[in-house]
Amino acid sequence: MNAINRKEQNTLARAVLEIDVNNHPGVMSHVVGLFSRRAYNVEGILCLPVGDGKQSRIWLLVIEDQRLPQMMKQVEKLEDVIALRRHTAEHAVFQDLESFFRP
Amino acid sequence: MTETLTGAQIAVRLLERQGIRIVTGYPGGAILPIYDALGQSTAIRHVLARHEQGAGFVAQGMARATGQVAVCMASSGPGATNLLTAVADAKLDSIPLVAITGQVPKAMIGTDAFQEVDTYGLSIPITKHNFLVSSAEELLTVIPRAFAIAASGRPGPVLIDIPKDVQSQAIEIAEWPEPGRAEAVPAADPALIARCAALINAAERPVLYLGGGVIHAGAAGTAIELAEKASLPTVMTLMALGAMPVDHALALGMLGMHAARYTNLALEECDLLIAVGARFDDRATGKVAAFCPQAKIVHIDIDPAELGKIKAAHIGIVADVGEALDQLLPAVGANARTAWIDRCRALKTEFPLAMHGAADPRSHFGLIRSVAACLDDEATVATDVGQHQMWVAQAYPLRRPRQWLTSGGLGTMGFGVPAAIGAALAEPQRTVVCFTGDGSILMNIQELVTAAEENVNLKIVLMDNSALGLVHQQQTLFYGERLFASQFKARPDFIKVAQGLGIAAVDLDLAANPCATLVEAITRPGPCLIHVSIDSEEKVYPMVPPGAANRDMIGA
Ligand SMILES: Cc1ncc(C[n+]2csc(CCOP(=O)(O)OP(=O)(O)O)c2C)c(N)n1
Repeated sequence: MNAINRKEQNTLARAVLEIDVNNHPGVMSHVVGLFSRRAYNVEGILCLPVGDGKQSRIWLLVIEDQRLPQMMKQVEKLEDVIALRRHTAEHAVFQDLESFFRP
Repeated sequence: MTETLTGAQIAVRLLERQGIRIVTGYPGGAILPIYDALGQSTAIRHVLARHEQGAGFVAQGMARATGQVAVCMASSGPGATNLLTAVADAKLDSIPLVAITGQVPKAMIGTDAFQEVDTYGLSIPITKHNFLVSSAEELLTVIPRAFAIAASGRPGPVLIDIPKDVQSQAIEIAEWPEPGRAEAVPAADPALIARCAALINAAERPVLYLGGGVIHAGAAGTAIELAEKASLPTVMTLMALGAMPVDHALALGMLGMHAARYTNLALEECDLLIAVGARFDDRATGKVAAFCPQAKIVHIDIDPAELGKIKAAHIGIVADVGEALDQLLPAVGANARTAWIDRCRALKTEFPLAMHGAADPRSHFGLIRSVAACLDDEATVATDVGQHQMWVAQAYPLRRPRQWLTSGGLGTMGFGVPAAIGAALAEPQRTVVCFTGDGSILMNIQELVTAAEENVNLKIVLMDNSALGLVHQQQTLFYGERLFASQFKARPDFIKVAQGLGIAAVDLDLAANPCATLVEAITRPGPCLIHVSIDSEEKVYPMVPPGAANRDMIGA
């Protein structure tokens, strides 16, 4: 997490990205690298295999700034990304996890 | 019938099946099984560079000259890190490359083993895709896939890191996969093409803006047809030079930082910009907000992420640019556009590119023009990076797609000589000229040995200003003339250096008749270095100062 404090963060609009990927050891760094290279902070990450384990699903919680559409296009270009869906910050996936992240 | 083969033999066989006839590289412990297998191949010739970066650029030269995927190889650790600059360069200029690196055995990965680096991790941001292969079996899918990825859509480099034990692992092979080829892309949306045609038909002052994508797509011919039918004055990026012959009536030359004034002024006035396979690079656009201020924008590109990345387009079309132009051509009306064509002609006359000294073969422009006069359009022209690169871009009469090889996006000094060697290897029937500077040539000078060994038909024109000219220029113009670390005190004797590394060399400085000496050096087959001293006070003009708008050019 960068220098922004929680209160400031809550005032920033956020988005949730749902990314279906091929499941192998490099795929996470491919995806996350696109963000870190552009100094675009990823607030939350969740990843688990799906079905038979050939694919995984990565959930990212990100701040919604004007670079997000370009970020999404870059993610979609990755060889191992099968699908990308964008949700609003209210999506249940991260909310249900709140209890694990109490200070 | 099954065969038992090692991973290394499988890799080599798959390269053969891809149609690869030359690979270039540099061996080392972790890639020796592959080198051993390569040594047994009768189909593939290995060209030994003298530095892995050289190998990477030799491969790039082959790929740039032919448009086909080229292959380079290096060992683990320092071999791989040396290769990476050339890989990054290929990424920025969308050059199809397959780079194969050896890696320490799987069981030793992550132990800081001898010559272990995380090649996979290092190459993620500078490749189109990369692989760390975990079994010999996997090579059967990874290698064809790597070729398909490198060649498909927007081309780019793919790196395959192969642990040594995977190279040595023997497996039974019953069946070979199909070679990896470029995959077809969906056709351009006809509705968007129709809207685009309507915009062109309605425009009064349109400009066609061609980028490197036009070269990659083999679409230069169609682009010219479109320009001619609709009377579209045409600008080119550094990467697109050669797409339209410079002396074509509609050609407005290279746009951007070192454009002729008339080029940038025409863009200032245009009411429609048709960007084809171009990415609005900052060196081309200058201050983006002030780029083509009056124009609507049509942007056609194969990479969806390029649309709207820098500049929002009124119409964005994701497509192979050749296919899109094919659709566009019949939909666009013939139009003489006399007023606009006349206006562009007037701009050209009023604000021409000042090419002083063009008659003197010992001045920078004169030298470039004299070299060009010795050659026809079949020649290939490579450059290094610096003032000399920009002068050649401004002054060499480029007329053929793939005639021009230059490091655009990354601007890598050291590119020129090895890339030119690669071009000469791929197309031995051509004469290849490489314009270089006394800074750049030293970055890969060892490749002169490769040029000698391969006896390539390469003429290296060394424009020696005893300085890092472009840095010198920036310090002079923008840092209060405080020249620092940009002037060479020690001057190598480049004639002796070239001869010592095994190639012929002539010094135009000492020639009684420089033109005759030049003709002789260029027409004699084989590699030759041609040395010419250039005034270090010369500038690349005109110039858009960094961060300024293209209209605000300084200098002659
Ligand atoms: C590998 C690398 N290092 C540094 C630079 C920055 N740079 C750009 S041009 C230049 C000077 C090039 O000098 P030279 O090759 O002699 O060409 P000239 O400008 O004198 O024609 C430098 C240092 C670069 N482009 N590439």
